[in-house]
Amino acid sequence: MTLKETFLNPILKGNPITVLVLGICSSLAVTVTLKGALVMALSVTVVCGLSSLVMSLLRKGIPNRVRIIVQLVVVAMMVILVDQILKSFEATYAIDKQLSVYIGLIITNCIVMGRIEAFALGNKPWPSFLDGVANGTGYGLILIIVAFFRELLGSGTLFGIDILNRLGYVPNNLVILPPFALILLGCIVWVQRSIQKDLQEK
Amino acid sequence: MEYLSLFVKSIFVDNMIFAYFLGMCSFLAVSKNVKTAAGLGVAVIAVLLITLPVNYLLNTYILQPGALKWAGLPDVDLSFLSFIVFIAVIAAIVQIVEMVVEKFSPELYSSLGIFLPLIAVNCAILGGSLFMQQKDFVNIGEASVYALGSGLGWFLAIVSLAAIREKMSYSNVPPALKGLGITFITVGLMGMAFMTFMGISL
Repeated sequence: MTLKETFLNPILKGNPITVLVLGICSSLAVTVTLKGALVMALSVTVVCGLSSLVMSLLRKGIPNRVRIIVQLVVVAMMVILVDQILKSFEATYAIDKQLSVYIGLIITNCIVMGRIEAFALGNKPWPSFLDGVANGTGYGLILIIVAFFRELLGSGTLFGIDILNRLGYVPNNLVILPPFALILLGCIVWVQRSIQKDLQEK
Repeated sequence: MEYLSLFVKSIFVDNMIFAYFLGMCSFLAVSKNVKTAAGLGVAVIAVLLITLPVNYLLNTYILQPGALKWAGLPDVDLSFLSFIVFIAVIAAIVQIVEMVVEKFSPELYSSLGIFLPLIAVNCAILGGSLFMQQKDFVNIGEASVYALGSGLGWFLAIVSLAAIREKMSYSNVPPALKGLGITFITVGLMGMAFMTFMGISL
């Protein structure tokens, strides 16, 4: 696989959410507003890229038996870094304080661990870094699509700016509830697999 | 009586999957047939049953503000360490369970594949410990009952989804929705059904 393929593959063909089924939990929790989804997407991209890079550099020195603990420590370190950076910008950009909880839960986001297990432990640092960043981007793309519909239909706003309410739209509370995010994800998978027929399951 | 209501509550009202949507990744990926699903469900119950009481003890005697009174340090507050301590305990226990399963049931080991190490990042496990911290259980018995209840709730959810998916293989699903897409929608509908339990106080 060339570097370009390594980067482009996770965004469409091997998308972590719609194809690999990783990292669903947070895509339900943080997609009520578009801003939250954007911050989450960026944080996951950074954490995923950097921890894949570090694990790939360390891959020859770690005994197989203790790899999970080493991975978690590396990922936890990256998450704490991102969390601290976000905290310092919290006041400037009015980032929701509640998001901090979900940033903490990136440690348990399967995408990060899944890519380390499946890619970074067997590849050189640079491709691993690209793979991590690309998976974060693919994850973020789905997150932003879901958040777009949920915020538009659930609150009638986008980025907190009133769009539909002034036209007399009554916000639909069902859209805010987690089950709707799942149904929306199902529809995204439906659209994607109608276009890319080779992804369809037998 | 309190134990019983806590037990029932943690299975149905606070169901890990349908009320909090925790542990979705492995829930979706390992629910293709009932046998594997039950295997993973049992593994999750086991890991929860061990990690939650251990984390409870760590939280009560080391991490909580004032917990170090027994060591003559009543003013020390180590609660900022709880994230990394919890995840380290979980990772260590998962690694042990992985070794045990590999030794005694190679068949189950190969069918669980990458999802066994991923139990370490199953949000349901870390989520259980974090909820335990919030709920202020008075003794280790309550923490264990809560662990058993939420593990059983997760087990029930994954087995019922697997049963539905087995039945669904006979139905005529649009080709692009087959597999993942229809599963998302099914879980969404199951989630709506489980919302009837919300608000029940025991």
